[in-house]
Amino acid sequence: MIKVENLDVVYGSKNASNHVVRSVSFDVGRGETLGIVGESGCGKSTLLRSLAGLERGWTGSIAFDGKPVGTARNREELKLAQMVFQDPYGSLHPRHRIGTALAEPLRAMGLSDGWSEASKALRQVGLPEHFANRFPHELSGGQRQRVAIARALILSPPILLLDEPTSALDLSIQAEVLNLLADQREERNLTYVLVSHDLSVIAHMCDRVLVMQNGIFVDELTKADLAEGVTHAAYSRELFESSFL
Amino acid sequence: MQDRDLSPILSVQNLNVRFGRNAIAAVSNVSFDVARERIGIVGESGSGKSTTGRAIMRLLPARANVIADRLDFNGEPLLEKTEKEMGRLRGKDLALIMQDPRYSLNPVLTIGRQIAESAKLHLGLKGEGAMAHARHMLERVRIKDPDRVLKLYAHQISGGMGQRVMIAMMLLAKPKLVIADEPTSALDVSVRKDVLVLLDELVRENNSGLILISHDIRMVAAFCERILVMYSGRIVETLTNLEEAQHPYTKGLIAAMPDPRRPVRRLKVLDRASIEANIAP
Repeated sequence: MIKVENLDVVYGSKNASNHVVRSVSFDVGRGETLGIVGESGCGKSTLLRSLAGLERGWTGSIAFDGKPVGTARNREELKLAQMVFQDPYGSLHPRHRIGTALAEPLRAMGLSDGWSEASKALRQVGLPEHFANRFPHELSGGQRQRVAIARALILSPPILLLDEPTSALDLSIQAEVLNLLADQREERNLTYVLVSHDLSVIAHMCDRVLVMQNGIFVDELTKADLAEGVTHAAYSRELFESSFL
Repeated sequence: MQDRDLSPILSVQNLNVRFGRNAIAAVSNVSFDVARERIGIVGESGSGKSTTGRAIMRLLPARANVIADRLDFNGEPLLEKTEKEMGRLRGKDLALIMQDPRYSLNPVLTIGRQIAESAKLHLGLKGEGAMAHARHMLERVRIKDPDRVLKLYAHQISGGMGQRVMIAMMLLAKPKLVIADEPTSALDVSVRKDVLVLLDELVRENNSGLILISHDIRMVAAFCERILVMYSGRIVETLTNLEEAQHPYTKGLIAAMPDPRRPVRRLKVLDRASIEANIAP
């Protein structure tokens, strides 16, 4: 479903350049969930933003569903992958009603005015329809993240890119959001790329995990590896141990 | 191991906090004692755990109505103290470590100036001496290059380093009680352990009491001798380890955590209706 080859992202130029993502390559199959784990600044979010088309300065090749996509995307390519961001407080416009926020992707794509879809999208993520008339400040963090997921799914993309979707939430709310994501994946046969620094979240959600450090992948773990605590690199061992106090 | 003084440093009896004319109490009838030990307060957002911490520090806004049958620190009633007396106590005997070092450090002062300020206030050191002590404290919190870090500003250091600086500043005066309010939730998992181990080590060394406030019940269980579980302003259960959890809320919190060693298809979510039914009115 996703094929990435030799992806590089460099910020700045010459002496002040910062090589954030260093020639990474990976594949994600249809319906698979790939996890990317690493600490702050390892390049995992930049990698995800490049996949989403938010980052324009990458080199290498990215292909969705067998078709290569460039740095500038057309509407059809943008519809293939949608993103859910970390901070549910920052990712919704504070002065737009929830209904407006949900209709926005449909209007931006020139599909419809989106109003009729908004209530359906809310129902799908387990929120009541009348929330369409509310403002983001009237919702809790977990409810806002549900709205963000509904907004990402409203274009029915086959790929969902998740950037730390639960790290701003309480553990009890995190469970609800992770269940919602798992249900949606099953229902729509979605392909996920999930980025997180929390190995326990990644291990719960993902079929396969790539461990990232300083812009490169240092280890690859399967679900069985995680269950048994098997690691192949010193760094992933370290991450593993600090995740389970 | 030296004999620990087991007489309580802090004794709380029926603490109630209400904001303004709000009908619902943010904290109701909370009672506990802290000796020179580590206790944890666990609960979700809005359960009143941070409000409890701040009520002890007397840092709640004026519209908060704080009532307690007893709120004694070191044998003296905290609620009768004037603001000036509290000012002398805070930072010296009673320290608070907050969640996000990016917001709790002063952005326009160097790290060195900020730690030195704490040394001047609480230890009566001056100029060079205060700065030397600040440098020593940075070494103690295992910052590799203290001379460089002393000259940096808050935005130039990482989150983990910022939290170490906060710990250095708070533990400099060897406080009798440290309240750490979500000290690691703004940090990466990989740094979290280092910061907690460091905090634990320094608290033991100073023979202080520690109240660790967090929503992560597993982390608290690993570090604390006693865990108070709070739900909607009340303590629903006091535990010494997670296995003996009885209350459905505590069990729900534990089950909501993903554990790769015990994979499940769906995580358990809290059944709030049954929890409400279990709480005595």
